[in-house]
Amino acid sequence: MLLLTSPRIREHEITDRSVYLDRRRFLALGAAGALAMAALPARAAPLAAAKSGFTLAETLTTKEAVTGYNNFIELGNSKEAPAQLGPAYFRPQPWSVSVDGECAKPGTIAFEDLVSPHKLEERIYRMRCVEAWSMVIPWIGIPLADVIKRFEPNSKAKYVEFNTLVDPERLPGQRFSMYDWPYVEALRLDEAMNPLALLAVGLYGEELRPQNGAPIRLVVPWKYGFKSVKSIVRIRFTETAPRTTWMRIAPKEYGFYANVNPEVDHPRWSQGSERRIGEFLRRKTLPFNGYAEQVAGLYSSLDLVANF
Amino acid sequence: MDALLRRRWAKPVIFALCLLPLAWLGWRGATFGLGANPIEALIRGLGDWALRFVLIALAVTPLRQITGIAAIGRFRRMLGLFAFFYVTMHLLSYIGLDQFFDWSAIGREIVKRRYITIGMTAAVLLIPLAVTSTDTMMRRLGGRRWRGLHRLVYVIAPLGVTHHWMMVKADITEPALHALILSLLLGWRMVAARKGKRHNRPSAPSESPPCAASSSPSSRS
Repeated sequence: MLLLTSPRIREHEITDRSVYLDRRRFLALGAAGALAMAALPARAAPLAAAKSGFTLAETLTTKEAVTGYNNFIELGNSKEAPAQLGPAYFRPQPWSVSVDGECAKPGTIAFEDLVSPHKLEERIYRMRCVEAWSMVIPWIGIPLADVIKRFEPNSKAKYVEFNTLVDPERLPGQRFSMYDWPYVEALRLDEAMNPLALLAVGLYGEELRPQNGAPIRLVVPWKYGFKSVKSIVRIRFTETAPRTTWMRIAPKEYGFYANVNPEVDHPRWSQGSERRIGEFLRRKTLPFNGYAEQVAGLYSSLDLVANF
Repeated sequence: MDALLRRRWAKPVIFALCLLPLAWLGWRGATFGLGANPIEALIRGLGDWALRFVLIALAVTPLRQITGIAAIGRFRRMLGLFAFFYVTMHLLSYIGLDQFFDWSAIGREIVKRRYITIGMTAAVLLIPLAVTSTDTMMRRLGGRRWRGLHRLVYVIAPLGVTHHWMMVKADITEPALHALILSLLLGWRMVAARKGKRHNRPSAPSESPPCAASSSPSSRS
């Protein structure tokens, strides 16, 4: 109907010539701007954080690689897709996280209320993907243990599970892919309480971008990257070990623990060495990704070959 | 169309087209266009094209028979050799760039990783086909033996598709597509064979010897 009636244009509605010319200039500027935007990676808001003792004497992987080479199937299957689709589809605000299961203080908590009681710190960690490549990333985040304590897990809580957002509008990869969403990852509670475990909200002095798991993600540097679940909307405390997404997809290839271990090969990738992104020669993979001192004690009574 | 494909420039043009994927990968490699993990991107790119050329070479005979354009057969040997070329580049980049000539590591990978065992088998099996692709070798082997040997491609191609399928972690769209194309190409041959057609029979009797050799060695022996 609207299309059939010709609108009556009043005199004052007709665009003034100077404004009209201005609009052309604006469009020209806009086109130049769009070109500049295409050439430059999308910006992320700056985020201040205190330096921490968690640092490394290793060269950082470039920001371009950290924000441009990602595994995030919810945003596409290739390494480049998340950086391309993320900024176009994904909006991290408003964001809240629901907490449930074996704890005294369940409920839904806004992202700001989850993060603001804690001091943001910068931690430089190695990140080792199960596909035998690695990076060194300056994360910004808060210790997972401090967050977990606020929810007061009870004596039955042995595991903590994390779920990624399910929203095919914002995570278009969920429209095409055949997996059961949400993406599920989990840690044993004592692993989650280890001081290394981090809830990251930023990297390289900026807020997390969609492709890196905005607005909040897990970082467990002694485990393969797929354990570090992105865009978390749910934290659940459980008595039994949750079945994680990759365990469901390929139980022979991915175990619950997924600790970085050069001695235990993945059927497809030798885990003895890795390619550090930006380097030519492969380097040796370290047990627990170089964090054995901090975490090996968690597994003293565990057969790490059987519990891969 | 047949006349067009018999022009003198037809082969050089197809030859140049077959080099375009390599040129494109090389250009991206030189201009940092291969992403954060250029070695992996290069190896995968070469592997993709190796597999595509195997399928393209396998499509020559069905295409020739279905369209009736006999001159298509002139390109079969070249396309098959390009498949071998891209397989070789794929293998060399894995050995030299990914593993940096760490022969013991490569040996362990071949034994341990089934997808590498399969890929390596396919690559090795291609060698006798490439070696016997010359006119002299065809004549020396004789048509029947040559044809029998070159039927190895019906083993090699499925091995190649399986190799790709096994190394894909999640999205199997591409290997599934390759498998579909391959089963159509092999299925067509089975149907053609059952109909009692000798699908390597040349449809144009006036072929000059080198072209005939590349499309139909059996009829010549």
